[in-house]
Amino acid sequence: MSLVLYIAVMAGVTYLIRMLPLTLFQKKIRNRWLRSFLYYVPYACLAAMTFPAILTATESPVSALAALAVAAVVGFAGKGLVTVAACACVTVFVVERLLGL
Amino acid sequence: MKGEYQAGLKDGLAIGIGYFSVSFTFGILAVKGGLSALTATLISLTNLTSAGQFAGLTVILAHGSLFELALTQLVINLRYALMSLSLSQRLGPAFTTPRRMAVAFANTDEIFAVAMGRKSPLTPAYLYGLATLPILGWTFGTFTGAVASGALSDAVRSALGVALYSMFVAIVAPSLRQLKSVRVVVAAAVAVSCLLAWTSLSRVVSSGFAIILSTLVAAGIGAFFFPMDLAEEDAPAEQEAAL
Repeated sequence: MSLVLYIAVMAGVTYLIRMLPLTLFQKKIRNRWLRSFLYYVPYACLAAMTFPAILTATESPVSALAALAVAAVVGFAGKGLVTVAACACVTVFVVERLLGL
Repeated sequence: MKGEYQAGLKDGLAIGIGYFSVSFTFGILAVKGGLSALTATLISLTNLTSAGQFAGLTVILAHGSLFELALTQLVINLRYALMSLSLSQRLGPAFTTPRRMAVAFANTDEIFAVAMGRKSPLTPAYLYGLATLPILGWTFGTFTGAVASGALSDAVRSALGVALYSMFVAIVAPSLRQLKSVRVVVAAAVAVSCLLAWTSLSRVVSSGFAIILSTLVAAGIGAFFFPMDLAEEDAPAEQEAAL
């Protein structure tokens, strides 16, 4: 299938999601369940995308798990996105050297 | 007007730098999967979204259907609808429909967060300025990552492989610590996600749909057991701001 078509669909859907509420709807969502659902969507989605996919993102599941643990600890400490990512990357590098990969 | 644009540029600088580093990883991943540097860059320029692109890339590389791709984007990026709804209420009469359509393109998690956090009224020029550096950072970061990919050693590429995931962790972590509801939602999402990946179900459910299913189930559980208090009128918008 054409890559251009893929990109067009991806960009089109993403844009419409952002654009339609800004142009069409001026009112707040009143439905409690729907509001709650939308509120939880990002957390659910990010969690599902991270695990178990992270286990195959590096040379070894061991380094990936170590990075996940470090990211969680640094993230809990309230550090910013870039700091957390940097710590996780360094962890993978160090652990993989220790494992002799 | 010029002052407003510059104020926006200034507020967008940190976002732009952050985007550069994350999209760098996206570029590497895309090239690793077989896409060209140009294609990867085009995806970033036209989509301007981390989680959505990342999931979309999975579908594309697996040669999934356009329907699957559209549905993945719809579910994963559904949060933007909520943010656009919130943002919509901060925009004054200066925001005509064409201007709203322009602003909508760059309503990312971080830009939304900064825009909503601004004390002074939002102007079109400010929002254009705010969006400029993040768009440049995201696009050129992807290109740089895609081009540099071949020059990096396996060890460095492996290490960079967790960058995006750890950013996801960083986004969820603060709420994960504070709210029991988010802990339950995250646990449910991971459970469903593992179930779909590790059992025989993985043969019938592609990775794209697995993300959608996990999200729908977990967010549904959250909404059912921990409905938000409607009295906290702007709570979702503010909490979402962390994204």
